[in-house]
Amino acid sequence: MSLRIVVLAKQVPDTRNVGKDAMTPEGTVNRAALPAIFNPEDLHALEQALRLKDRYPGSTVHIVTMGPPRATDVIREGLYRGADGGYLLTDRAFAGADTLATSYALSQAIRKIGIPDIVIGGRQAIDGDTAQVGPQVAQKLDLNQVTYVVNVESVEQGKITCTRHIDGGIERVEAPLPILLTVTSGAAPCRPRNAKLLMKYKRALAPLEHPAEGLPYAEEYEKKPYLNIAQWSVADVDGDLAQCGLSGSPTKVKVVQNIVFKAKESKRLTAADADVEGLIKELLDSHTIG
Amino acid sequence: MANNYTDHPELRFELNHPLMKRIVELKERGFRDKNDYDYTPLDFDDAMDSYDRVLDVVGEIAGTTVADNAEGVDLEGPHHEGDRVRYASGTQANLDAMVKAGMNGMTMPRRYDGLNFPITPYTMCAELVAASDAGFGNIWSLQDCIETLYEFGDEDQHSRFIPRVCAGETMSMDLTEPDAGSDLQSVMLKATYDEAEGCWRLNGVKRFITNGDADLHLVLARSEEGTTDGRGLSMFIYDKRDGGVDVRRIEHKLGIHGSPTCELVYKNARAELCGERKLGLIKYVMALMNGARLGIAAQSVGLSQAAYNEGLAYARDREQFGKAIIEFPAVYDMLALMKAKLDAGRALLYQCARYVDIYKALDDISRERKLEPDERKEQKTYAKLADSLTPLAKGMNSEYCNQNTFDALQIHGGSGFMMDYPIQRYARDARITNIYEGTTQLQVVAAIRYVTNGSYLAQMRDFEQAEVSADVAPLVARAKVLADRYEEAVAHVKEAGSQELQDFAARHLVEMAADVIMLHLLSRNASEAPELFGKSARVYARFVESEVARHHAFVLSLTPDALADYRQS
Repeated sequence: MSLRIVVLAKQVPDTRNVGKDAMTPEGTVNRAALPAIFNPEDLHALEQALRLKDRYPGSTVHIVTMGPPRATDVIREGLYRGADGGYLLTDRAFAGADTLATSYALSQAIRKIGIPDIVIGGRQAIDGDTAQVGPQVAQKLDLNQVTYVVNVESVEQGKITCTRHIDGGIERVEAPLPILLTVTSGAAPCRPRNAKLLMKYKRALAPLEHPAEGLPYAEEYEKKPYLNIAQWSVADVDGDLAQCGLSGSPTKVKVVQNIVFKAKESKRLTAADADVEGLIKELLDSHTIG
Repeated sequence: MANNYTDHPELRFELNHPLMKRIVELKERGFRDKNDYDYTPLDFDDAMDSYDRVLDVVGEIAGTTVADNAEGVDLEGPHHEGDRVRYASGTQANLDAMVKAGMNGMTMPRRYDGLNFPITPYTMCAELVAASDAGFGNIWSLQDCIETLYEFGDEDQHSRFIPRVCAGETMSMDLTEPDAGSDLQSVMLKATYDEAEGCWRLNGVKRFITNGDADLHLVLARSEEGTTDGRGLSMFIYDKRDGGVDVRRIEHKLGIHGSPTCELVYKNARAELCGERKLGLIKYVMALMNGARLGIAAQSVGLSQAAYNEGLAYARDREQFGKAIIEFPAVYDMLALMKAKLDAGRALLYQCARYVDIYKALDDISRERKLEPDERKEQKTYAKLADSLTPLAKGMNSEYCNQNTFDALQIHGGSGFMMDYPIQRYARDARITNIYEGTTQLQVVAAIRYVTNGSYLAQMRDFEQAEVSADVAPLVARAKVLADRYEEAVAHVKEAGSQELQDFAARHLVEMAADVIMLHLLSRNASEAPELFGKSARVYARFVESEVARHHAFVLSLTPDALADYRQS
């Protein structure tokens, strides 16, 4: 049995290194001032996809990401870890999208690729923290969905078994394919980049990334199709302009406030190593420290 | 996110040394693999870019996974279960990460699934890993045993074993026995030929075997009955899949807890000969040890870097008398000297690695075709240079990393003596580096011949001719004065005509040679990249001037009669 898997991934500003200039005076994230990284929970999702690929030979993993040309980094990072290919959705008309317009664009892209067995993504991105995009994509594609997944156990006879995080514990669920999963940081961390794949794909580019003066090693791109990353516009995914980007986004930012966090609830920890280690891990995972 | 590679630009500088041009040329041979393997570089710049990117991956794994696991591994250590070893859970996670990243069999040819990397970037990876966990560094770095199997094994052995190592199987070198430590000629493990099965059988005990439950072992054993010296020893390959070797115990050690040190019992274990009989010690183990010594030098540099980082961070953070202690001369003096030793030792390590690369690549070419006369000359020159620098790189860096971890712990004050800070682990881990793979005293034995045959002096005189920036020229002039003093000390010992006196003075002479050579290497670096190495080069110059003066005074005060004051009974 082989599976077709699509991973939804987003390039996000690294909010673990936030300085004074992290926000613009207009109250939006100042992306230029922050390093761009692979959204952490999407990396956990990628690992779950790659594990399924390892377990079920012949399976394929493709990354879909929406963003400016440099978001292709996310696809390359996926290729370095074992993904088979990726699609960059990039178009000025996609810009300014809220979760509704984003999920519309992603679902159109997935339709274009062909509905896979599994769509998998992180629970939420560390810039918006909405956790809405995954469920909305499932809804638009009329897929089953399981959120807060921490481990995909198996896929047998058209059914997937996974464990998901719930208040106070873990729930084990079984659901029919095709399905959309969102994964939390409680899932296994993503494998490192692989040396051979890194060397193979390091020059993979989307057309928009091609330098004006021409490609170095231009003939390689003809000989090796895998170096050409697919790049799609609104038209390429048969998108309705009114539902894309700013015009497709009903969300309006009314005001942005600076909030100083105050302790609301307390947690009692003992001095035991396990407690301290747990706390440190929790703070690291939540990017409070580190 | 910590990255042991990109956090320290000094390493990238070492990677981009001009000799790499020749090394890549010899390793890639017209980039002939490019149509067969999609990860082959297309030209020199492409190859260098690949090394840089792979170092970035290893730096990230070392700075995150390995670093995060290090304390747990140190506390947990490996487990002895039945006759087997189970790694500490963090060690296993580290190994899994490195295997998934494809960082095994890095230097092996692509036809066996290797990355075809030169020794230099591979050695840099070893440094990066060791900086986070020196014990795990051993397990991972033992992959360089495969170099020896590649050099001396046959084609059939290559195709059976090398792909397994590239896929992540681990190795060990089984040399030491209870009565054969520094003196490997006394190895007793018995190898007998089994006519019925057409294989060799190993019987006996090995001790202090690092990663002793490895998948593949290179074993030194006595194949020639009735012999008692090194000429009766051969090298064998033992495959754990065949069984027959039990782990009798795991040693309880001061440091490098991640690395299981085993006592092994060979019970009629099936094995196969690697290379020719009787060349086990005199040829193959010497090659194996040279590789391992470079590995320990890299481990030492990694530990020095880690110690410096810890010392620096603590000194910046800790306030006493109303200011950060880094502002006190007594503290910044220690830090500056640590950094100078680190930079100088690293320069020596990679100079040595580059020499090894050139001669080994030419060696490899000679297995395909006859070398041209100028290639043969080049091969010989670099082999000699590599052999002369290997004991210096191992000896000096292992001593420096002990000094640096000692000083970094000192900077921590009372906190350094507590088990709460990582520096105590680095200090414990460092302690083995100047003992195993040949003690510093044995590195001196290996190096002294290059003192007496003038090889080191010739290298110094060559360096004196190099063109350097106006800022650095005075350092080179000072190094020339030091070389004169070194020459004088060597002459004094030679004139005395006493072997015992030469043995006694050897450590001083070898250290003087190393000091001057490292000053030249660091000066060259400072000339190219003053922002990275300028301060270190000047600090190091002052330091080695005092060192050379000390050694010079001591050696010149020696007469054969003076040894009577030292002899102990």
